[in-house]
Amino acid sequence: MRFRSFSLFSAASLIALAVVLSSQTPGPSLTLLSKDARRQLPLAVVNDQESVGLDDLASAFQLAVQESLGAITVSYKGRTIVLTPDQSLASVSGRLISLPSPPTRSGRRWLVPVEFISRALAPIYDTRLDLRKPSHLLVVGDLRVPRITVRYEALPASGRLTVDATPRADSAITQDNNQRLSIKFDADAIDVPNPPLAPQGAQSLVLSVRVENPATLAVELNPRFAGFKATSQPMDQTMRQVIDILAQSDTTQPAAPAQPQPAQPPAAPELPPLFGTPVSAIRTIAIDPGHGGEDEGVKGINGTKEKDITLAIARRAKAAIEARLGVRVLLTRDDDRNVALDERTAIANNNKADLYVSLHVNASPRRSTIGATIVAATFGKDDLLSTAPNEGERVPTFGGGLRDIELVPWDLAQTRHLDRSVSFAEILEQQLTNHVPLVQQPVQRAPLRVLESANMPAVLIEVGYLTNADQEKLIAGDGFQNTFVQALYDAVVRFRDSLPAGATP
Amino acid sequence: MTQGRILAAGAIVGVAIVLSWLIFSALPRRYGAAPTKAVSAAPAAAAPAPPGRKIKARLFYVAEDGMHLTGVEREVAYGEGTVAQAREIVSSQIAPVPEPLVNAVPAGTGLRSLFVTDRGDAYVDLTREVVSSHTGGTDAELLTVYTIVDALTANLPAVRAVQILVEGKEVDTLAGHVDLRRPIEKNLEWIQ
Repeated sequence: MRFRSFSLFSAASLIALAVVLSSQTPGPSLTLLSKDARRQLPLAVVNDQESVGLDDLASAFQLAVQESLGAITVSYKGRTIVLTPDQSLASVSGRLISLPSPPTRSGRRWLVPVEFISRALAPIYDTRLDLRKPSHLLVVGDLRVPRITVRYEALPASGRLTVDATPRADSAITQDNNQRLSIKFDADAIDVPNPPLAPQGAQSLVLSVRVENPATLAVELNPRFAGFKATSQPMDQTMRQVIDILAQSDTTQPAAPAQPQPAQPPAAPELPPLFGTPVSAIRTIAIDPGHGGEDEGVKGINGTKEKDITLAIARRAKAAIEARLGVRVLLTRDDDRNVALDERTAIANNNKADLYVSLHVNASPRRSTIGATIVAATFGKDDLLSTAPNEGERVPTFGGGLRDIELVPWDLAQTRHLDRSVSFAEILEQQLTNHVPLVQQPVQRAPLRVLESANMPAVLIEVGYLTNADQEKLIAGDGFQNTFVQALYDAVVRFRDSLPAGATP
Repeated sequence: MTQGRILAAGAIVGVAIVLSWLIFSALPRRYGAAPTKAVSAAPAAAAPAPPGRKIKARLFYVAEDGMHLTGVEREVAYGEGTVAQAREIVSSQIAPVPEPLVNAVPAGTGLRSLFVTDRGDAYVDLTREVVSSHTGGTDAELLTVYTIVDALTANLPAVRAVQILVEGKEVDTLAGHVDLRRPIEKNLEWIQ
């Protein structure tokens, strides 16, 4: 409740504040930002100096301005500033300060250089005035308005966005959709050039960065975007946020000529270990792109091949999950080759994967059928009876003694994980709902060969139907694949969070 | 006393007969402890059906949603005994059907042979077209498999499970999804 009240209060304040960008305001003006108002003070350029009208300042800050005996007296709550025409000096409560240029008359108005605000007005005013001349911003009161600078560095298969906030302000990065990140600063507003980043080329992973109310930057991304990884680092008065933008692997590369494949399962990519956090129940995920090589799987009515779709989605999922979740993701194949069903689960089992996800695309004899399906394994009564707990086998151990081991046939390994497989399937259904088309009852059970040997929670996902022309086009698109991967990522996070840390799924 | 002995002897003989029946006939039948996969009949051709006689059987075709099967009552040639009848049912099931019915079994698929074990496992040996002409996809494959499985198990109480063979050999799957290494039990969840 407290949080909600605070949020409402903050929202109301921030709505009143608005965004602060000098260059967002058409024409020369100074943006005055306070807790409860924003207004523009028009600027004029006199002798190459940006100047502001004393009458405008008087109105904005409740000042009294009097002109007598060749002097201009500015009063505020008994404190005074005395200006002299043609003089660059001013008396502020009896102390002399210098200005870049003297006051000048423009018709019936007096204009003073904008430095008057910081050098003359601020010392007598009872609220802090922070003049940001380069950004044409005047902050009134104790608002948090960090200066933001954005830099982008393009790398071969990724890009690095460096965002500095001075003084330090934390920021939260969220992925709004498949092509946009939001960087929300813990601040009342942000002081940032516009645009924050010069427009990038159409091939760049980061296309543009723009400002959104009230203290948020929106990063527009190339459809090749697959995921991101952000780290923050305090540096003196600055908080630096480094965001590595990851591109999906190139899925259009031609099939490599057949090469002898190693007999051993592919080595897992090396990732730095995670320190200082409880050991997650999900440390390794095996993603199985269905079919491959001469086994093309389903062929869409417009020629799309199931084997290509499954590999493209698997690569995106690997990039996103590894970058953002810090877990190891194994692909049972990372190129266009056929892998035996047993070898697919062997890769997962031998690498002690904690979750197995097999990706497929469906086909139906009826072309109107659409939607994604999540399938968990099922076994016949005889199979379940044969894996019922028994006395196991007693084997000698190193150093003497005996140990009982439980033996489960290789092709029935999944029987011990069915509950959690169904649990993950249901979580996945929740995450996919409203994001990608689903069949009426998306979670199903079937005796699927590729799941039965998986010695961990395992599901097979049919992402849609290639026998439907609309689905074929949809599934092959970046938008669908990124949305699907986001839902898969969210499901993995929720499934992980549903397990006690350190537990074996 | 003599009458008592006669009664006792009679009772012992009776118990022995019942025990013998239990041990050698009823229990093996109840628990399916057939020593071998005894083929209860040779391929169905050995039991020709009387010409012209028909039965009504529930055959299965793809439902409107494309993800389930729907049962259709159709006339099937009569077969003498479980195996002959099973063969007639499968032959009718895999035969081409007029629209709007859609068959989940690929066109061109033929039945090579069929036999049923004493345990009630039917082995259905199909021609290679069931693989080579298959579109692939989990749903399409599930519908193909359960069309055969449910056509037999729903119409013949003596059949409790079905294993599909292709060209006389056991296969892992038809198109990479459904495990065919073991007999598959009746599952009416795929029927709408």
